[in-house]
Amino acid sequence: MKVIEFTNKGLYCPPADVYIDPWKKVNYALITHGHADHARWGHKHYLCVDSSVPILKHRLGHEMSIQGVPYGEKVNINGVNISYHPAGHITGSAQIRIEYKGEIWVVSGDYKVEDDGLAETYEPVKCHHFITECTFGLPVYKWTPQETIISDINSWWAQNVADRRPSVLTAYSLGKAQRLINSVDSSIGPILTHGAIEKMNDVYRSMGISLPMTQHLNAKVHKNEYKKALIIATPASIGSTWAKKIKNYSLGAVSGWMAVRGNRRRRGADRGFVLSDHADWPGLLQAIAATGAENIYPTHGNTHSFSKYLCEQGYNAQPIETEYGDDNLEKAEE
Amino acid sequence: MKQFAALFAALDRTTKTKEKIAALSSYFQTADDQDKLWTIALFSHRRPKRTVSTTLLRTWAAERSGIPTWLFEEAYHTVGDLAETISLLANDEYEPVEKSLTQWIDEIKALKDHEEEEKKEFILDAWSSLNKTEVFLFNKLITGGFRIGVSQRLMTKALAQVLQLPESHIAHRLMGNWTPDDTTFEELLLADGDNMDLSKPYPFYLAYALDQDVEDMGEPSDWQAEYKWDGIRSQLIKRQGEIFLWSRGEELVTHSYPEFDVLAETEIDQFAIDGELVVYSDDGLQSFNHLQKRLGRKTVSKKFKREYPCRILCYDLLEYDGEDIRHLPLAERRQKLSTLLADLQSDISDLPLLLSEEIAFSDWESLTTLKRNARAANAEGLMLKLRSGSYKDGRKKGEWWKWKVDPYTIDAVMLYAQRGHGRRSNLFTDFTFAVWQEDGSLVPFTKAYSGLTDAEFKEVTQYVNKNTIERFGPVRSVTPELVFEIAFEGINESSRHKSSVALRFPRIKRWRRDKEAKEADTLANLKNLLNN
Ligand SMILES: [Zn+2]
Ligand SMILES: [Zn+2]
Repeated sequence: MKVIEFTNKGLYCPPADVYIDPWKKVNYALITHGHADHARWGHKHYLCVDSSVPILKHRLGHEMSIQGVPYGEKVNINGVNISYHPAGHITGSAQIRIEYKGEIWVVSGDYKVEDDGLAETYEPVKCHHFITECTFGLPVYKWTPQETIISDINSWWAQNVADRRPSVLTAYSLGKAQRLINSVDSSIGPILTHGAIEKMNDVYRSMGISLPMTQHLNAKVHKNEYKKALIIATPASIGSTWAKKIKNYSLGAVSGWMAVRGNRRRRGADRGFVLSDHADWPGLLQAIAATGAENIYPTHGNTHSFSKYLCEQGYNAQPIETEYGDDNLEKAEE
Repeated sequence: MKQFAALFAALDRTTKTKEKIAALSSYFQTADDQDKLWTIALFSHRRPKRTVSTTLLRTWAAERSGIPTWLFEEAYHTVGDLAETISLLANDEYEPVEKSLTQWIDEIKALKDHEEEEKKEFILDAWSSLNKTEVFLFNKLITGGFRIGVSQRLMTKALAQVLQLPESHIAHRLMGNWTPDDTTFEELLLADGDNMDLSKPYPFYLAYALDQDVEDMGEPSDWQAEYKWDGIRSQLIKRQGEIFLWSRGEELVTHSYPEFDVLAETEIDQFAIDGELVVYSDDGLQSFNHLQKRLGRKTVSKKFKREYPCRILCYDLLEYDGEDIRHLPLAERRQKLSTLLADLQSDISDLPLLLSEEIAFSDWESLTTLKRNARAANAEGLMLKLRSGSYKDGRKKGEWWKWKVDPYTIDAVMLYAQRGHGRRSNLFTDFTFAVWQEDGSLVPFTKAYSGLTDAEFKEVTQYVNKNTIERFGPVRSVTPELVFEIAFEGINESSRHKSSVALRFPRIKRWRRDKEAKEADTLANLKNLLNN
C-alpha cells in the first residue's frame, strides 16, 4: 500500500485513511496551518497542532470537531505514526511527518526557515519523501533579514509621522499582520488595525501571546490619530469604504512578491517591503537538503522549473498539482 | 552613482506626481551638469551605445550566481526586466566603489574596443562593487529602458521650475536627436536659438479621443474637420537648405524617405510642417499595410520607391519663414500652410506634399455620417480642431479631438495562453485566438493582450491552469472553449500567417460568456472584412 497518494481531493494516506490539507470535503483532515487554502471548511474531523486550534475554530466555527496535539507528539492511526513539527510559517504552522512501515514522508505545508520572533521556529525533519511548497522557487527571491526590513518600515513610518501623513501597511490578517505588530517600534506611534486583523489579534492574545497594544480603526478613533498611526490593513480592504476614511496616506505593501518592482507598481503601493512567511530560494534548498530526502515533490509556485532544477542537482523530483496558492498573487502568500 | 541612485529611489517610492517633480527638482539643483545631462538623456530613452550584448550579460549573470542558463531565463520571464533580474541575483555583500554616473557611463562606452574577456571582468567587478539598486541602474545604463514613471512632461516641469523658464521652451529643447556626447547641459537647455541644432523638431500636439456627444461641441463653424489619416504622424522640417523628417516616435527618418529630397531644389526654406506620412500612388492613398513595407528600411531601392511612393498629407504649419508660429490660431496657420504648399508647387512639379483637405459640413449630423464612412476614404476617422486654437505641445484636452470609426469586431476562440511579464507574471495575459475553418478545425489568426479586468485575467488564469492540454515553455495550449470578442482597426492579407490575414491593433473587447465555442466566427466571416 502506498503511504501517500495524490488524489483529486488532496494528499491522501490510505493506511490511515486521512487526508492532508484536502480541498474537497473529507471525513478526516490533518491540517498544516490556518490559512484558507490549507484549512478549508466542511471536513468532519480536523487534527492540527495545539496552537492552531483557536485559529481554526475562529476561522471555521467553534462547533467544528477540531483536535490539537503538541509539536513532536506521535499519534498512531492504524499503524501509521503521525506527528507535527514547527514550520516557522505562522503561529501554529506545522510540517506533518507520516511514518508507515519504516517509510517516512513529510508534508511541509507552508514554511520559512528564518525565525520571525513569533511563529514557532522551523525545524528540519529527516525523511525519505518530502512534499515541499515552492511559492518562491526562483533564484531571484532572496530575502533580506527581517531586522533590516523592519528598520526600513520603522523609518518610513517615522518619516510619515513627521510629514503628518497616515502610514497604511497591507498584510494578511493571519500571521503577517501579527508578525509586523510584534516587530515594529511601537514607540513611534499608535498601531491601528482593520477589523479582521484585530479579531485575529484577539485570538492570538487569548492563547497567551502578548502583542503590543493595537486598536481597531473604527468611528471611535479620532482622525487626528491617523496621522501618527501605523495602520495595518488587509490587501483586500484597500479601496473599501473602510479605507476611504483615511486620506492622503502613504501605502506600503508587505509581501515577498514586492521583491519584483512590477508587482509593487501593480498594487499601486508607494513602498514595497520584501518580507515573506515563505522560504526564499536559498531557504528552500537548505530545507530540502536538511531532510536528507531523495524524493521531492514541489507544490505551489514554479513547481515545474523548481523540479527540473532539483533533478539536475541529483534529486528525484516531480511536481504535483494541488489547489493551494491557486496561482494568484493574493492567495499565494497564504 | 549614489546621487543618481537616491533620485531613482525617491522617484520609485512614490506614485504622486508632485513628489516626483520635487525629487527631480532637487536633483537638478544639486547634481553635476554632466550627470544632469545624462539623467535627462536616460529618462528620455537615450542611452550610451551598447558595448555589451544582453546575451553576454545573461550568460555572465547566470554563471556568477551558479545557476543554469535555462533557470536564469525562467527567472527573467517572471521578473520581466533583464536589469532587474540580474540585480535580484546579486549578492548582499559588495565592496563599495563610488564613481559618478558620468564616470560609469564613460567606462561602459570605453568597453567598445575591448576583448570579451576584458568586458566580462569589468562587468563582474561592477556587479561586486555596487548595491542591488545600483546594480540595477548600472545594468540599465547598458540595456536602456528606465521605466520609472517619469514622463517627458514631468521632467519638463521640474526643469522649468529649476531653470525658471517656460515649460514650452524646455519641451522644445528636449526634442530631437541630441545625445550627451554632442551637447552640454548649458547648450541643450539655455543657449540661444543660433546654436540650436538645425534639425530640432517641435513637440507634437496630440489629440484626445472624443469623449462627449458631438452635438455638444457647440457651433459647427468653430471647428475644422478633416480626415484622420492612417499613416505615421510626421514633422517635415527644412532649415538652411537641409531637409529633416521626424516620425512621432521622435525618430529622425529622413534617409528612409528620399522622396522628400526634392524639397532641396527650391529656394523656399525655413519651415516645419506637421502631417501624416502615407503611401500615395497614382491610384491615390494606399492602406497602412503598404506603408509598413517602407518602415524601418535604411536604404530604399528604386523598385520600392516606385511601388510604395510616400507623400505627406499636411495638417498644420508650425514654423514659417524661420518663425515659430505655433501661437497663431489654427485658421491662420492653415492659411499660411496653403500659401506655402502653393509656392512649393510652383517650384516643384511633382511635389510629395498634399494638403489634408478640410471637410465642409454644416451640421453635426451630416458629419456623423461622414465619420461612419471614413474607412472608404482610407481614414481611421475624423479630426476635429478648434479654429481659434494655438498649437500646443503634448497631449492637451479640449481643442483637438480624434473621432475614430468604430473598430471591426469578431468572436474568436482562445487557443493558446502565455504568462504575462513583470507585474502580471502570475497571470496568463497573452492569448492566441482562432476562428473556424470550413473543415471544422480552428485556425489561429491573432494574438491579443489587453482588454480584460484584473479579476477576469484571474478567472481566465484559473481556466488555463485547469484546462491545459500541452506546455511549450511559457505557452500552453488549452481546451478551446472560451469565446472573446476581438476588436481591431484594420485587416490585410498576409502570406506569413496561417489564416492568410493580419490584423491591426487587435485587442480583447470583452469576454463572451454567453457564447459557446461553436458559435464563434468563421474564417470566411473574417475574410469578408477584407473587401470592406
Ligand atoms: Zn499555502
Ligand atoms: Zn500559508
